[in-house]
Parts: sequence; structure tokens; C-alpha cells
Amino acid sequence: MTDAVMTEMQSSNQTRRERAANASEAVRRGLKKRYAAEARFRAYGIGAVGIALACIVVLFTTIISSGLPAFTETTITLNVELKQEDIDPEGTRDASTLINANYRKLVFDTLRAEFPDVTKRRDKRALTAILSSGAAYQVQQAVVEDPSLIGQTVTFELPVSADFDLYEKGVINKKTAEADRRVSDQQMAWFDTLEERGLIETGFNTTFFTHADSREPELAGILGATMGSLFTMLVTLALSFPIGVCAAVYLEEFAPKNRLTQIIEVNINNLAAVPSIVFGLLGLAVFINFFGLPRSAPLVGGMVLALMTLPTIIIASRAALKAVPPSIREAALGLGASRMQVVTHHVLPLAMPGILTGTIIGMAQALGETAPLLMIGMVAFIVDIPGGITDPATVLPVQVYLWADSPERAFVARTSAAIMILLTFLIFMNALAVVLRKKFERRW
Amino acid sequence: MSFTFVLGALIILTVAGFYMGRSRSLADAGGTAQRLHSRPHYYGYFVALWCGIPTLLILGVWTMFQTPIIEMLVQNSLPETMLNGDPAEMSLIMNDIRNLASGNITSGEITPQIQAAADHYVSLNTTSSLAKFVVILAIGIAAIAFARSKINPALRARNQVEKTMMAILIVCSVIAILTTVGIVMSLVFESWRFFEKVSPAEFLFGLEWSPQTALRSDQVGASGAFGAIPLFAGTMLISLVAMCVAGPVGLLSAIYMAEYAPTKVRGAVKPALEVLAGIPTVVYGFFAALTVAPFLRDQGTMFGLDISSESALAAGLVMGIMIIPFVSSLSDDVINAVPQSLREGSLGLGATKSETIKRVILPAALPGIVGSFMLAISRAIGETMIVVMAAGLGANLTANPLEAVTTVTVQIVTLLVGDQEFDSAKTLAAFALGLVLFCVTLCLNIIAMAVVNKYREQYD
Repeated sequence: MTDAVMTEMQSSNQTRRERAANASEAVRRGLKKRYAAEARFRAYGIGAVGIALACIVVLFTTIISSGLPAFTETTITLNVELKQEDIDPEGTRDASTLINANYRKLVFDTLRAEFPDVTKRRDKRALTAILSSGAAYQVQQAVVEDPSLIGQTVTFELPVSADFDLYEKGVINKKTAEADRRVSDQQMAWFDTLEERGLIETGFNTTFFTHADSREPELAGILGATMGSLFTMLVTLALSFPIGVCAAVYLEEFAPKNRLTQIIEVNINNLAAVPSIVFGLLGLAVFINFFGLPRSAPLVGGMVLALMTLPTIIIASRAALKAVPPSIREAALGLGASRMQVVTHHVLPLAMPGILTGTIIGMAQALGETAPLLMIGMVAFIVDIPGGITDPATVLPVQVYLWADSPERAFVARTSAAIMILLTFLIFMNALAVVLRKKFERRW
Repeated sequence: MSFTFVLGALIILTVAGFYMGRSRSLADAGGTAQRLHSRPHYYGYFVALWCGIPTLLILGVWTMFQTPIIEMLVQNSLPETMLNGDPAEMSLIMNDIRNLASGNITSGEITPQIQAAADHYVSLNTTSSLAKFVVILAIGIAAIAFARSKINPALRARNQVEKTMMAILIVCSVIAILTTVGIVMSLVFESWRFFEKVSPAEFLFGLEWSPQTALRSDQVGASGAFGAIPLFAGTMLISLVAMCVAGPVGLLSAIYMAEYAPTKVRGAVKPALEVLAGIPTVVYGFFAALTVAPFLRDQGTMFGLDISSESALAAGLVMGIMIIPFVSSLSDDVINAVPQSLREGSLGLGATKSETIKRVILPAALPGIVGSFMLAISRAIGETMIVVMAAGLGANLTANPLEAVTTVTVQIVTLLVGDQEFDSAKTLAAFALGLVLFCVTLCLNIIAMAVVNKYREQYD
């Protein structure tokens, strides 16, 4: 080799090395950028998860913090003198006399006696505004139940009206200008005096759990809506569970693969995605207008919700049936069982935990559903606690909607409290589903 | 005879039938079950089915048609003078009769004719209920007797029972189809009546929506306007806001969960996100109306923006939160379905994880992600309670999310809640809107599912 060639080779080697060094330098420089991009991308992901979780936290804290005050109620202790001449002057103890006596005046007079210096009519009226309109009703009930109270002085713990309840809880306070709040300075002073005398008490809000809806926030409760929900869910369960399981069994175990079953399958998948309000329109047009079933009744509500939850139950049940291994079926068939016996004796019991899990989840969906029930008139203002599936009723989520729409400030806390009750039911149901799945889940 | 009472009696009768059939078969076989074709309880089921199915059917049909038929009879029995052919007045009279019969308060004073009609109504009702009880009981007993007489050791009871059960199974699965047919029929039928009053072109392309039809023709705005474009626009605006929230948040969290998150984090966060999907929509509505909307309005005033308290922004934001789990769980599935080999190939060539995701996985998963977005949009369009509680009522054709808009679902609810008269265009419009809603969501779902399925097949 000549020197010239040698030097040329050396120089080309050198350029190659240089180039490589340059390239790795470029890569290294790029790498920094790429790693930064990597970290950024990862941070976006964490951020997104964080946002979603933050939403849950904010949602729950808002509802719990605004709902907690509704679980206490303020009462005023009054010694009401149940004078014979006020209630039953003729001493007949006749039921209608007892019911129609003027308890309002009785209770008001007792309160006014606490403030003998209040004499002006307007002030007197302002003073009695402290009492809830349900106070007289409570005294009336006590007397009607036990007429022997007449002639005695009885101590009652009577509810105060919602505005003073809020004042006691500090929601209404002196910071707002007097004209902007519903409790005047004078009323606040009276209320403070009563409190100093030890007549005002705050206790657990039993009214909220034992009453149905009312126009007066302090008298409104959720028992009516809870019963309505219970009846509606019973109807839904009674319809959707057997129908759903039967349909799933047929489609999974017996159906021949033909046009019809294919149509049914596509149909069920589509029904699962139809907006719930459309089911309400169906219920209104078919059940109420065509068949003349009663409006506002849990019967119709339950039927509509059953149609709505049917796809959920069918899809879940089919998945559960599919999970049962074919060897079970073959073994039973081999022992001479008919196909129906195979299903009822072996496949269904093994699939039952999965089916029940799906059903509970479907029921939880139905329990939280509002929109279709608005269509069939379950938004009525109902003061009675429903006693059957044809009585007018409302359900928990609709009660939430009704209270949320109400202008009274005291209903805000009650709405949140009702939401807390509703969520408790839902969490319980979902937990039950999880436990069922964990406990009976089988790996074949 | 209340429905529950008859039903209870029927159930007792059916159970009795079961035991009678079983004991009869055993007696026929001389006390040994071996001589029977089927096991004894199948003979019991045989009798119980014979008794239960026809009577339950009759009970159902009778109860469903009892009220309409009785009302027709009462209406026909009303004296000629009261029937002046006005359907509105007729329904008023019938309402009075119904209220009087059930002991409620009536609207007007009670004329002797109405009193008589109410008495007639009550007596027809009692007769019908009593007749129902007697007829059903008689049929049930006759059926038991008949089925029992058919029992002999050679009777293939199991096969017959199984055949009947199969028929019941088929009927149950057809109910799903019937529901769809019912939805389509009721929507189409009522919409048809609506389109007789308002032309479809006006409904679909009109720019003005004010469904209040006046009682008298000389009142202001007597005709009402049924142009649904503002509603469609409002629905789209709110859905768009919702997707702006749910799209990025849902997709990014799906990517993080599928590709980055350690198993422990994944196991904890996934159920937490599912919680969002389990919260009733009325709760979101409350949250939107009482927390988010006032917050946005206050922030808006701070920055000098005029944000309506029923702004599309508030409803859309909260709806977006609701939809996050739909997007994230569907996208998560799709991303997980991308074959591992694609990932490994890309990583082997030196790409970073994020580059692999952006350049390989997302393009591969794109159809599925698009499908999940479409499903989420269809959810947003059909969502009712959030918009009913947090969006406005006035039809407002605007693209500004700070203003109040109304949506299709809000209008359906406002048109149908409260007093209704079923021949006015106002009420029927709700069904036309429902039809549009149904068709749009159905199309979105079908396309989305087709896209997702097609894509899944590619990699299976």
C-alpha cells in the first residue's frame, strides 16, 4: 500500500468517527427533548386522572358539607296549658271537636307568654313566626291520641320554622343586611332570649326520616319518597329479573343461530343505549294513554324502569351463562338429563352469582333514574306516604329534583341530605354486588 | 276485589294445583314413582301451568282493558243533552265522574246526571271486579280439573312442561323486540299527529321555537312556532362543551391507566372513576345548578364577563364530568386490545413510551377511540336531568357557551310535565323531538358499535 492510500483511509476513518460523534451528539441533544416530552406526556396523564378524582372529591365534599346540617333540627320547648275550655268546652271528648279546636292559638299564646312586653299586633305576628306551622298540628295529634291530657300542662318540643332553624345553624346571620334576610333583628333578639332561657334545643332530625314531602322545609321528610322508591323497585325487580333471566337463558342456551335471534341480539344492544327519557315517552304513550293505567303510580314507574333495566340484566346474565364451562353441560347431558334440566339444575345455579350481580347493578341504575319518571307524572307533590303500587308516589331522585327546584333556602340542605341517603343506598347495592362477585366468583 | 287479592288467590290456586297434580300422578302409579313416565313433580308443574297461564293472561288483559271499556260504557250512557260533541268538554265531564266515583273533589257542581253516571261507574267497576274474580277462579278450577283428568302414568308430562317453558323463554326474549317496536310505534304515531299540524320542514329547519300555543286565536303568539333548530344547536353546544372536558380528560387518563399506571394505582383508580358513572344524573344536576353555575358566574363577574346563571358552560362542564368514565373505560379497553407486538416493535426501534403511544398505539386504536367518543356524544345528547336543572328554558340560537341555551331533552320535559292535552301541537311536539332524539342516538350507537366491532376483529 502506498502512503497516499493509507492517509486517505485514515482520513476517511476520521471523518466517519467525527460524523458518528456528531450524530450521537445530535441524538443526545434530541434525547433530552424526547425525555422531556415523555415526562410531559406522563404528567398529562396523571393530571387527567387527578382532575377526574378531584371532581369526585369536590362533588362529594360539596354534597356532604351542605347536607349535614339537615340531619339536625331545632326545637323549642314550650309548656302548653291544655285548658278544657279552649279545646273541648262542652267536655264531650268528641273526635271532631278535638280535631277542630284552635291549637294554633294555644301554642301561639304560650309563646307570647314568654314575652309579655310584646303587645303590638305586628310584633306578635313576628314573634309567632318563630314557630313552625306544624307545631299546632303536633299538639293536636297528641291531644287526639290521648284526650286525658286535656286540663294538664304538657311540655312539648315543637319545631321552629325553617328560617330560625337556619339562624340557629348560622346560615342566616347578622352579617347580611336586615332587609336581605328573612329574619329581622328583633326576631333574632327574641330567639336569642329564648335560647338564653334554655328553651331552644338542637337534636337529631327525626322529622326528616318519618315524614313525606311538605311545603314547609322543617316538616318535609323523605319517608314518602323512600317508600315510593321501594314500591317502584319491587315492581321493576318482579318484572325485569324473571324476564331478563329467561331471555338470557333462551338466547344463550337454546336459540338457534338464525335471523330472528340475531335481530333480538342487535336490538338488546341498541336498547341499552337508548336515552332513558325515550323510555319515559314510551311509558306515557303506551301505559298511560293507551292502557289507562294510573299516572304517578309506582306500578307504571316500575314497568318503565323494568324495560329500561332489561338490557342490562340480559347482557350481564348472558355473560354469566357463557362463563359456565361446556363440560358441565356435557356431563349432565351424558347422564341423561334433558336440555331444560341441564339449564335449570346445573347451569343456572352456577351462573346465579353473576346474574344477581348484574341484576343489582341494573337495580342501582333504576334507583337513580329520574327522567323517565318525570314523563309519567311521578313529579307530583305528594304529602301522603304511599301504601301500595297504585297509590300516587314519588321516588328519591325525583324528590331531589323537586327540592332542588324549590326556592326555599332551607331545602338546599335537605336536597343534599336526600342525595346522601340516595347515594348510601346506591353504595350499599354496589358493595353488595362486589361482595357477591368476590365471594362466589369461580375460575374454571 | 283488588288486583293484589285476585293475584294472591290465583297463586294459592296454582300452588294447590301443583300438589294435586303430583299426588294424583303418584296415586295413579300406585304410589311408586318408577311406573310414571316423568318424575311426579312434573305432573304437578303440568297442572300448575294449565291453571296458572290462562288465568294470569285473562287477569292481565282484563285489568288492562277494564278502565277504558267501563269509561266507554259510562260515556255512552250519558244523556244526549250532555254530549255536544266537544271532546274537551267530554274529557272534563269524564274527569268529574272519575273524581266523584273515587271520592275526590270535582271541578264544578255536581248535576244529577253526573251523579248518576258516577254511580253507574262505581257499580260497573264493582261488577267488573267481582266478575273478574269469579270468572278467573272458575277457569282456574276448571283447568285444574281438566289437567288432572289427563294425568296417567303414560302422560309425557316432562316433555310438555319443558315445551311450555321453552315457549315462555321465547316470549321473554321477544319482549326486547316488542319494547323497540313500542318505542318506535308510539313515537312515530304521535309525531305523525304532530306533523299533521306542523310541517316537517318547518320543524326541522325552522329557526324559531316558542311552543306556547294560545287558548284563543286572537292572543299574541297564538300560533306557536315549532322550529327546532335552536334546540338542536343548544344540544350540540352543550355536548360540545361536555366533550371538550370528557374527551381529553377521559382519553389521557385511559392512556395513563393502560400504559403507565402501576397495577396498584390502576386497581384503585379504575373503580374510583366508575363511581362517577354510578352517580345518579339528578345529583350532577344539583351540583351544576347549585355549585358550578354560581361559581362560574362569580368568576365571570370578576373578569368582567357576563355569564348567565343557566349558562351552557356550567351544564356542559358537569355533563363532561359525568361522561369521563364512559370515554376512559371504553378507550382503556381499546388501547389494551392493541397487540403487544406493536408496542414492542416500536420500543425496540428506540422510541420512547410516549412516542410509541402517540405514533403507534393511538393510530392503531383510533377507530375504537372514535367509537367510544361517539358513544359518549350519544350519551351527552340523550342526557336529561343535568340540562333540565342547569340549562335554560328559552330557545336561544347562539354559539356562545356563556349564554343560556335549551336542549331537546329539556323541551321534552317542559312540554310533558304538568297539564297536558293530547291533541295540542305543543304536547305532540315532545314526541316529535323524542323521535329525532331516538333516531340520532340510534344512528350514533350503530355506527360506533360497527366501528368498534370491525376494529376488534382486525386484531383478534
